[in-house]
Amino acid sequence: MVVIAVGAGTMAMKAVGPVLLGGRPLPPWLAGPLRLLAPALLAALVVTSVFASGRDLQLDARALGLLAAIVALALRAPLLVAVVAAAVVTALARAVT
Amino acid sequence: MLARSVGMGWAAPIVMSLTTFAGSSQFAAASVLDAGGAASAAVVAALLLNARYIPIGISAASSFEGRPFRRFLQAQLVVDESWALSRRPDGSHDRTILLGSGVVLGLAWVVGTIIGSLGSGVLGDPNRLGLDAAFPALFLALLWIHIRGRRELAAAAAGAAIALALVPFTPPGVPIIAASAACLIGLVW
Repeated sequence: MVVIAVGAGTMAMKAVGPVLLGGRPLPPWLAGPLRLLAPALLAALVVTSVFASGRDLQLDARALGLLAAIVALALRAPLLVAVVAAAVVTALARAVT
Repeated sequence: MLARSVGMGWAAPIVMSLTTFAGSSQFAAASVLDAGGAASAAVVAALLLNARYIPIGISAASSFEGRPFRRFLQAQLVVDESWALSRRPDGSHDRTILLGSGVVLGLAWVVGTIIGSLGSGVLGDPNRLGLDAAFPALFLALLWIHIRGRRELAAAAAGAAIALALVPFTPPGVPIIAASAACLIGLVW
């Protein structure tokens, strides 16, 4: 169900511009907020997937993994390197404790 | 693989890669489900994340030609990467690069999903390998790409603050949806 709903919704949103609008620009009052949706949501996903366990806020090995990813990205490492670094650091931290 | 770890079975992730073809939202939906969120919350979070394809699609609209159905199919090849690669300095898009890189990315994406989905049984407990930390790292890397200025940074900070503040009081998934309110910064700034 989730798969079908997200798939159909995304296909529709991707097509809305090319199919309906042709080449006309979007009104600025709508374009501004739409452009900021992705950063806002991604930031929310980052913090909830690091610090939340159900309804509890926790500081655990995942935070160390995130730190590793931040370092990797700051050093201009590719996306995959940052992701692997986070996983490795978290796994190591769990193995040690 | 991440999808398998939240118990999505092996076929669902593959179908999702074929139709949604937008990694961040697929991971977002899997992440909300993993946290114990409701299916409806997963759908809303994923679709909100993909709402960026409305302006992206519009900005690339002039590079598509043909009848509406043909444009509909071509539009499915637009992803963050193909959009960014094909962008010319004047803001228009190279149609060949846009569609060509879209096809290559799409094939790689689906094949990768099939490998991950069928191969994950071999690996055992994903959390022991730190794969639960791969989710946030991936979101962070995508966020990194999306932050082009102070407006995006402000929206990200506000979104994170809203989400963290709501975690103790709402079911999983809801904080992420609520964080979309941070995009309203775009109305005044």
